[in-house]
Amino acid sequence: MAQVSLEGIRKVYPSGFKAVETTSFTIQDGEFVVLVGPSGCGKSTLLRMIAGLEDITEGTLKIGDRVVNNVDPADRDIAMVFQNYALYPHMTVRKNIGYGLKNRGTPASEIAAKVEDAAKMLNLTEYLDRKPAQLSGGQRQRVAMGRAVVRDPALFLFDEPLSNLDAKLRNQMRIEIKALQRRLGTTAVYVTHDQVEAMTMADRIIVLNAGRIEQIGTPSEIYHNPASTFVASFMGAPPMNLIEAQVDQGQVRINGYDGIMTTPTSANGPVTLGIRPEDIELDGQGSVPFQVDILEELGAHRLLHGQLGGQPFTVLVSKDHAAQTGETQITLKPDALRLFDVETGKVI
Amino acid sequence: MADTTLETTEIARRPRKIRWETIGDHFVLILGSLLMILPPLLALTTASHDAVTIHRQGIQVGLGDDLGKNFHAAMFEKGGFTQTVDGTLMLMNSFILGIGFAVGKIIISMMAAYAIVYFRLRFATLAFWVIFTTLLLPLEVRILPSYEAIQKLGLTNTYTGLIVPLIASATGTFFFRQFFMSVPEELAEAARIDGAGPWKFFVDILVPLSRTMIAAIFIIMFVFGWNQYLWPTLITTDESFFTLVRGIKQIVLTYTDSQIPEHGQALALAIVAMIPPVAIVIFFQNWFVKGLTESDK
Repeated sequence: MAQVSLEGIRKVYPSGFKAVETTSFTIQDGEFVVLVGPSGCGKSTLLRMIAGLEDITEGTLKIGDRVVNNVDPADRDIAMVFQNYALYPHMTVRKNIGYGLKNRGTPASEIAAKVEDAAKMLNLTEYLDRKPAQLSGGQRQRVAMGRAVVRDPALFLFDEPLSNLDAKLRNQMRIEIKALQRRLGTTAVYVTHDQVEAMTMADRIIVLNAGRIEQIGTPSEIYHNPASTFVASFMGAPPMNLIEAQVDQGQVRINGYDGIMTTPTSANGPVTLGIRPEDIELDGQGSVPFQVDILEELGAHRLLHGQLGGQPFTVLVSKDHAAQTGETQITLKPDALRLFDVETGKVI
Repeated sequence: MADTTLETTEIARRPRKIRWETIGDHFVLILGSLLMILPPLLALTTASHDAVTIHRQGIQVGLGDDLGKNFHAAMFEKGGFTQTVDGTLMLMNSFILGIGFAVGKIIISMMAAYAIVYFRLRFATLAFWVIFTTLLLPLEVRILPSYEAIQKLGLTNTYTGLIVPLIASATGTFFFRQFFMSVPEELAEAARIDGAGPWKFFVDILVPLSRTMIAAIFIIMFVFGWNQYLWPTLITTDESFFTLVRGIKQIVLTYTDSQIPEHGQALALAIVAMIPPVAIVIFFQNWFVKGLTESDK
């Protein structure tokens, strides 16, 4: 178990491509941190730098109290689960799990005991003598987990470990991984492009975009108080509504709609107004006209896609709420309104 | 009902149509098989006659009485100029050459491919293409310099001199390079995190994964090495290093004292020389299928 700290970490590839801009953050001991962002945002590069599979161009990386910039991956006391699991195809599950211990000169009897323990923890006992090709996707995933767990490392690194599984299994493994990490209390860094995984698994989320950190925060903070329009639109499904608006003396006016809402801000001029689809009430008494074009049935919820003042807008209502296409009235919850700078996209 | 009649007529018609094709196919196949099988078969039947009969009447179709005698003579009778080599020694030499050649080629080309694929070498691509262009330069092109080098090193009449100059293999390097490039990169990274250094990764992971590749290249290279003629002829003058392929010729050449060459023995030795490559192909073929059906990747 260890705290991980990145101080001014930067990555520039020999080709000159800046994969990760100067970045600093600290992961607490036992914390589950998820790095999330669209592909090419530098999240995998960041993880691979922590693992030691990628050189650090600049900055200091500490695992525990030790600077590990130039330490070999094998000596960083980490374990990594890869997207394609990277199981050794010619070895049985038992050997796959025990390989890391064997290379470290652990006595055979101890390896056997530890592998048995790990297998029991992951429900793999009956598959120990099979080869990876004879296992299902979920079982392979568990073997990869077993390989990480068995060494009892200071830090788990996950590189999109669930993206090769089908949706149902993914939900199940999500819970299993989280539960396992809780039980072992091992610090974990988890990379994903799936915002649902990030929201459900993380103690803290780090949202990355184009090699820069957009926001660091708990899932709830990220969801309710996004630091930028990027975070607002990336996190949450459906994403936050972002529409053009004007602020004038503490009053906000949505472009194309004449109504006025008060807002406690000192800014003036054009802004981007953000509101989550579920923070909108659909009622006849509402003051804002909303043109519903498409109804999307999600079972527990209904999504209403349409237009507000000529701008695309989405409203989420519960299944009990009757809804139909056409003109209706809505109320935007005042305390759910978020304002962003039009130029920089940052929250105001 | 309509469907059934349609089906039966179709079934009835089909065999007639296929039969001509089948006959044609079989004709070609049988002809091909005969073409391949007849020479060794005739060698076997001819080897069962004594030297005089063969010398007088040429190739024999029927079986004679001297099969055992000829084989025994070919294998165990000391012959040659020094009267010290027999068939078993030559068989052993051939095995040493064939196996040494194949194993050497596999080791060298695997290591070369490993270096090219997994290590960030300067000019790795250039190195690969330089190796690859040597495909255009077979042994015969460089035979004089090679001979001179071996001769200066004092390696003539040694197994080292016989094998080592031939084991650099562009073909093998190329095959292993292609195979290594198809191995997922994460495997190497996982092994690194698991504490396996370059050597351990090679031995524990790459070599076992390459089993089928190794088997395939072993077959090709063993047969290639077994059939070497020119290089052994040049490099070994000592008869105790003679291989089977050379030994056959040696028997026919013993045309001294108006003696009839022992054609029977030569053919017997030719058959002995044919068996190991054939056996190895058959043996590894089973292995091949096993490797393919139990595919791990």
